[in-house]
Amino acid sequence: MNRSTLDFWVGIFVLMGICAIVFLALRVGNLTSLNTVPSYRLEARFDNIGGLKLRAPVKAAGVPVGRIDRVRLDPKTYEAVVSMRIDNDYQFTKDTIASIQTSGLLGEVYIGLGSGGDPQMLADGGEITKTQSAVVLEKLISQFMFDKASAPPAAATAAPATAAPAGAPK
Amino acid sequence: MPADAIAHGMRRLGAGALNSVARIGFATRFFGAVLMHSPQAFWRFRLTMREIYFSGALSLVIILVSGLFVGMVLALQGFDALSKYGAGDSLGIFVALSLVRELGPVVAGLLFASRAGSAVTAEIGLMKTTDQLAAMEMMAVDPLARIVAPRFWAGVVSMPLLAALFSVMGVFGAYIVGVRLIGADAGTFWGNMRAGIDFWPDVTNGIIKSFAFGVAVSLIAVFEGYNAKPTAEGVSSATTRTVVVGSLAILAIDFVLTVFMFRGMGVV
Repeated sequence: MNRSTLDFWVGIFVLMGICAIVFLALRVGNLTSLNTVPSYRLEARFDNIGGLKLRAPVKAAGVPVGRIDRVRLDPKTYEAVVSMRIDNDYQFTKDTIASIQTSGLLGEVYIGLGSGGDPQMLADGGEITKTQSAVVLEKLISQFMFDKASAPPAAATAAPATAAPAGAPK
Repeated sequence: MPADAIAHGMRRLGAGALNSVARIGFATRFFGAVLMHSPQAFWRFRLTMREIYFSGALSLVIILVSGLFVGMVLALQGFDALSKYGAGDSLGIFVALSLVRELGPVVAGLLFASRAGSAVTAEIGLMKTTDQLAAMEMMAVDPLARIVAPRFWAGVVSMPLLAALFSVMGVFGAYIVGVRLIGADAGTFWGNMRAGIDFWPDVTNGIIKSFAFGVAVSLIAVFEGYNAKPTAEGVSSATTRTVVVGSLAILAIDFVLTVFMFRGMGVV
């Protein structure tokens, strides 16, 4: 085989391969968003983080502004300490409220940040003090069930009360 | 009589086990020797280039076509299963994750082992059978440096590129079937894919995997060729072994790497 044709085909092969990797990086993966952007770290303590996973998004008003970096348990207070990396473009006030939310019933779990009105901003390594734990669906359902379970006696006492006047004339 | 047969069987079993252990040891030594002779393969890059053409560029057609069809089938089956649970929107992330993490490197590796690995084994084995390797040694040309190392490195370089191309073609095939034919929304297809797949660690782990498969398959191919019995039958059984051992090695390495890479990511 001619030397230059061989070079040409190997060149095409290598170029195609590199294009494929770039495509995987930019179009399939999300190399461009949030990963290369400089970020700072915030911490928040929660009683219960529910199904929050590493690398889950942090959103403010529904807009992704960062990612969960690390989750650990404070061995003294038994609280979950969540550290997140926030995009440098976004600053949050000292009285920001962090809450654990779910998109839809079964969707992904993320942290929602609601900004307050404090003039001071959180710096790198700062802690969000106002937090709202995850709403555990099972707990909610069992609470509802217990309410229901305690309700029938009330309904039962109410029913004769309404039934009694009807029966009274007889 | 039965005692004799049992003893004979045991002896054969033991010999087989010892032989295979010795073979692994020899393969390791061979790997070391190939690495020792590798600088020459890069120094005279023309040789490696020629092998990249034969193992990599000529494997393009089979890799691209298989990738396309694997992606199309994944989209068909995936959409059917996902839409039953109202998760048809996740088609893009489902296809891309399975391709980038597993199917791309593994299927491309299996194809590479049977398309290029077997060819390398047959070529080196036939060179040995026709005493070309011995003739080289007579002329003070080291066949490890001249023949084996370029083929080994060509495989190592080609494999990640082929796996990436396989994944891209798969995603493209899934796009054709999922979006163009079935009618999934193009925006959610690409959007969910990008939201759910990270360059680090998903894509990079796929590349690391394909690199490991490239090393394993190429090493097995040159090793089997170099150690083939110098007969027609020996070359044919060496070629078969390359495909069988290479494929099994890919699957075994894939499992081990997957356990290490994706542990603690909610997968394992």
